[in-house]
Amino acid sequence: MNNTDNKDWLFEITPKNNFFSLNFKEIWQYRDLLFLFVKRDVITVYKQTVLGPLWYLIQPLFTSVIFTIIFNNVAGIKTEGLPSFLFNLAGITMWNYFAACLNGTADTFKTNASIFGKVYFPRIITPLSVVISNLMKFGIQFLIFIGFYIFYYFDGYNLTLNLSILFFPVLIVIMGILGLGLGMIISSMVTKYRDFSYLIAFGIQLLMYLSAVMYPMELVKSKLPSYGWVVEYNPLAYIIETSRYMLLNFGHISLSGLLYTFTFTIIVFFVGLLVFNKAEKSFIDTV
Amino acid sequence: MKDIILKAENISKQYRLGEVGTGTISHDVNRWWYKIRGKENPYLKIGDTNDRSTKGNSDYVWALQDINFEVQRGDVLGIIGKNGAGKSTLLKILSKVTAPSTGTIKSRGRIASLLEVGTGFNGEMTGRENIFLNGAILGMTKKEITSKLDEIIDFSGCSRYIDTPVKRYSSGMTVRLAFAVAAFLEPEILVVDEVLAVGDAEFQKKAIGKMQDISKSEGRTILFVSHQLGSVATLCNKGMLMDKGRIVDCGTVSEIIEQYLLPESGETKANLYLPNVESLNSKKIFFTKIETINSNNQNTDYFGFNESIKIRLSIAIKEDFKNVVLGIGLQDKFNTRVCTFMNNLVDIIVDNSKDNFTVEVIVPSNIIAPNHYSFIFALYEFNGRVYDVIENVCNIKIHDTGTIFSKYEGIDYGNVIINSKWEII
Repeated sequence: MNNTDNKDWLFEITPKNNFFSLNFKEIWQYRDLLFLFVKRDVITVYKQTVLGPLWYLIQPLFTSVIFTIIFNNVAGIKTEGLPSFLFNLAGITMWNYFAACLNGTADTFKTNASIFGKVYFPRIITPLSVVISNLMKFGIQFLIFIGFYIFYYFDGYNLTLNLSILFFPVLIVIMGILGLGLGMIISSMVTKYRDFSYLIAFGIQLLMYLSAVMYPMELVKSKLPSYGWVVEYNPLAYIIETSRYMLLNFGHISLSGLLYTFTFTIIVFFVGLLVFNKAEKSFIDTV
Repeated sequence: MKDIILKAENISKQYRLGEVGTGTISHDVNRWWYKIRGKENPYLKIGDTNDRSTKGNSDYVWALQDINFEVQRGDVLGIIGKNGAGKSTLLKILSKVTAPSTGTIKSRGRIASLLEVGTGFNGEMTGRENIFLNGAILGMTKKEITSKLDEIIDFSGCSRYIDTPVKRYSSGMTVRLAFAVAAFLEPEILVVDEVLAVGDAEFQKKAIGKMQDISKSEGRTILFVSHQLGSVATLCNKGMLMDKGRIVDCGTVSEIIEQYLLPESGETKANLYLPNVESLNSKKIFFTKIETINSNNQNTDYFGFNESIKIRLSIAIKEDFKNVVLGIGLQDKFNTRVCTFMNNLVDIIVDNSKDNFTVEVIVPSNIIAPNHYSFIFALYEFNGRVYDVIENVCNIKIHDTGTIFSKYEGIDYGNVIINSKWEII
């Protein structure tokens, strides 16, 4: 044995990860991989389709049209001087980003099992890349929203911007982190119990109805006073409500609600990191 | 002073057998219950050793048990062992794909693993894009890849297709491109599984050559798992033999290969011929036992290229054998005759009072090329009368002991190696 025996090891491989041992240095080293994953996701979506990125636009447009017909025209939800279509489009654009993040990250381990089984890199790169590449998709969908905003503006609707729109990027980031956090929790559980992947498939659908996407939060509180709390405790409802306030000057901002959302997001994110870290070490044996 | 770059301490890996599903939750709950009481994981105490063929009592097996070893900087360690010995599990742990159940691995260098070539290749992306993606997955930065891009493309020999989506590539081209990326990795420690067993002969030669370059000229440490003992013999300087999840021995590569090839006691041997008793009644002159024996007088079916092969034949005689010839044919794996040895029984047998005798034929070393062979034995007369014929018996394998052809192991380069003379005119 020599004197350097027990020191200056570059790293150790041990059975368990320390909780919160998120190695930022390592993630930084792999930043090129993150970028390349994003690039791959963006490139491969368009390949061998005729409409290409247009598919990103078709889905929110059609959903908004249908929501407008069902919820506003048939069910009679009022949008207080705003074009209902624009109201729905704002909510759906926001919701789509969250749903895409959650859906994309929830089966991280399952879909990447072949890569993860062969080579090591910080696993968190994959869900991160999903959140970032979906940001591109969100950007494209947001452009269409801006298009309709301008259209309705010149159509004579009284649309005013709100100064708080400066914080809109922050809202998007919070939403992304929430999706990432929840996705990491679910993906870690899916590795062992596949039940969760079925749960998430229709769970996201149901969650949308609780997230004030196609109705204002106030409406639920006044119409269903005894069940309104379900929506009130949903952090997503605050995000979507706030986004409508920022973009369309509709409704109001609930500071306590936002604070709640923020705290909730942070907690979910760290719990996500924790279980993800734990799962990534040995998921390949159970997936 | 020893410069230890990698050290494994008490590495064990436990796997759960059967389907993950029923019982999983109850085990998880139990594990958690032990944990909150500050006790050890109860399932780590049980488990069978990893013997594929016997049925165990426990739901848990140890794929690896108490693995301790050290690797010095610049060593090329060849890990050999039968299927299921735990080689790949060990490599997976080393490359951080899965965590060990107990123990630690300490490293002083960056580990890059090549458990497969072309991990993460995306068919929709072009060759060039895939070089970047695959390189990044293997741990290279974009800058590193950019600086080596031309070399990589050149090494792969796919420059014409480099801007075509990889899904249009032939499988050979994909492998070439993938290996080219891996060949330009620059980790301190390279972990390689049997990825070289792909591609054509020219490419295999290139790949092994590149690995030799990496280890010899650049002084990097390589851990190499392969069943091609010839490649292990040429490439590695150290060896590690594993069996049933444990390390049997560590040492120089030639020692370890020799140990690996030692016949296992109690195994049915393919190299032994014993006749069916009933069939002998009608025969007048016949073989009663044939076996192959190595230079240490051990009965084996595994021979080194540099070893002579002794064939020991026992023959029973119930008739006059004046014109009888003993013929032995050596056949390759397609049962094509490689060569024939023959002799008149009268010339072999001096004492003709006995009706039973044993003769040994020695096939000299350094001629029959590493490959699989079998024999055909016959006792006959030139006039056409056949006393006994035994076909396709005594299957033997000749393994490479570091010939110039070891790079081509697994590829047919003929059945004999003849030391040729080369002269410049």
